[in-house]
Amino acid sequence: MTIIDKTADVPAPRGSNDESGPLLEVRDLHVEFHTRDGVAKAVNGVNYSVSAGETLAVLGESGSGKSVTAQAIMGILDMPPGHIPKGEILFRGQDMLKMSNEERRQIRGQKIAMIFQDALSSLNPVLSVGYQLGEMFRVHQGLSKKEAKAKSIALMDRVRIPAAKERVNDYPHQFSGGMRQRIMIAMALALEPDLIIADEPTTALDVTVQAQVMDLLAELQRDFNMGLILITHDLGVVADVADKIAVMYAGRIVETAPVHEIYKRPAHPYTKGLLESIPRLDQKGQELYAIKGLPPNLLHVPSGCAFNPRCTMAQDICRTEIPALRPVTEQDGTELVGRGSACHFWKETIHG
Amino acid sequence: MPETLKEATPDTPGAVAAPVATAAVGKPRSLWSDAWHDLRRSPLFVVSAILIIFLLVMAIAPGLFTGADPRYADLAHHYLQKPKWGNFFQEDWFGYDIQGRSIYARVVYGARASITVAVVVTVLVTILGTVVGMLAGYFGGWIDTILSRVTDIFFGVPFILGAMVVLTSFEERKIWVVILALAFLGWTSIARVARGSVLTIKQADYVMAAKALGASTTRILLRHILPNAIAPVIVVATIALGGYISAEATLSFLGIGLAEPTVSWGVDISSGQEQLRNAAFVLIIPSVMVSITVLAFIMLGDAVRNALDPKLR
Repeated sequence: MTIIDKTADVPAPRGSNDESGPLLEVRDLHVEFHTRDGVAKAVNGVNYSVSAGETLAVLGESGSGKSVTAQAIMGILDMPPGHIPKGEILFRGQDMLKMSNEERRQIRGQKIAMIFQDALSSLNPVLSVGYQLGEMFRVHQGLSKKEAKAKSIALMDRVRIPAAKERVNDYPHQFSGGMRQRIMIAMALALEPDLIIADEPTTALDVTVQAQVMDLLAELQRDFNMGLILITHDLGVVADVADKIAVMYAGRIVETAPVHEIYKRPAHPYTKGLLESIPRLDQKGQELYAIKGLPPNLLHVPSGCAFNPRCTMAQDICRTEIPALRPVTEQDGTELVGRGSACHFWKETIHG
Repeated sequence: MPETLKEATPDTPGAVAAPVATAAVGKPRSLWSDAWHDLRRSPLFVVSAILIIFLLVMAIAPGLFTGADPRYADLAHHYLQKPKWGNFFQEDWFGYDIQGRSIYARVVYGARASITVAVVVTVLVTILGTVVGMLAGYFGGWIDTILSRVTDIFFGVPFILGAMVVLTSFEERKIWVVILALAFLGWTSIARVARGSVLTIKQADYVMAAKALGASTTRILLRHILPNAIAPVIVVATIALGGYISAEATLSFLGIGLAEPTVSWGVDISSGQEQLRNAAFVLIIPSVMVSITVLAFIMLGDAVRNALDPKLR
């Protein structure tokens, strides 16, 4: 680790030279919640990876397990009731699930940081934002109060909060929603982590502010060459920022693809349904498509493919066999890099 | 957001030079400064605060109020010489008790014992109760089970009865014995309030956010949970403080709290009951002091609660 720190002084190659493999790799992760009504399987074998400077968008509706996966990575899952029966979370090749609590705490904030959905409730109401930002420096880097405050102001400037110097002693409720989210981003960025997980960072904001916050995130990610996991249910947010997309359904990844390909040619009926349910200007006046049915109850996930009760293409095999995430190819068999689909009928979906 | 932009742009050039000036204009308002702002305007708070300051001064510097010695007994004075109600702040203002001691002096000097007991018990109870409640609420599981059951057991002991049992086992009943006995039995209600409050706060997103940014458990407890969970504890503690004053008086009256030669309101109430029929004032004057003090603290508690949680009003 000391070697990495030394090279970190040279700004350009940071992150790219120290590791050849991905920054974070999630392998066959399972998360269960033991409830009174039985075991809720929130995550059932998720695999994904992020490299430095790369943005992975994890897409899925409520209850698809995208946030639980993120919490498992951060190690902030409430256990019990949560439980990780299987899987590995490798950060720079080391399995975080095998680390001690103290080792994991050292990673949190310094190596991996998280941005939450609702910035108002994610900031402590009784402490000023300057204090909360400064806390990062004082705790992790042992800076004095004065130094920490100066750094907080610099950080607030960095995320473009106007009049940072005057506002550093303000309390969270005195900021607007967009500004609060910027403060959350500033807190996550404080220690220049290698990876940021943003859990629906723009859901609580209105559309114009959403765009500003996403642009800011993308810009900071470029500047710091960080990995970014962007958790969202908004396909519109993803398109401009992400490099690759993983679509989750009922705790599984059902499709992975580079970002633009997925919009052109989805290889899973669920992704297709999602894309068709985006309102479009050229279809004004027509009825908007919606995926029929409800997301599955995680206590009773349907047998076979979890999407089969809602799928228009479902056959008998879909009700009995769980489809694995398989590579997607062109009709002539040439491999499509980075694409995968967990559907028995992916050929029909993408090519038919 | 555009609003903040607008505000900020004009004074950005001057901003670097004038941090002091802006700090004075845009005073940041925390929960506590908001509460203080509300409190100052609350008549309930003003009245109770004046009373309490008055009582505290009396407890700290009784010499300011009277030159008389509360223990000086001169049988030439007797309770049958009725009080001279017109002689304000004089030795004979409230008359004399059966031993010929100035009741006014005794009431003034008695404040120290009563208020010391109440304040020290409240501090001890708040610390102990908060620690127990916070640990139980935050960690949950078996820690919660054990701490909550212990709390329940202590809660089940009737307060005065329990204190009587504890106190009678001590030969010499100095002030600290009474304090420890009351604190030993009194922390349970604070622990329950603190636990409930922590259970709510620990679900808050900012606690998870702090965890996600690498805060240690101690830091989360002290910086994020405690300041947010403490408000109801303070309210309960303030109201309980009044209760401890009357508890001290009750125990002293029963003859198992403070005892002579300690000067306290409870002791005086106890000795005054013997002359209730021919000189009721000997009993009534220290009782009124107890009532005023209890009332003042309960009013303060109410005012603080209103300020901290306006929804409860």
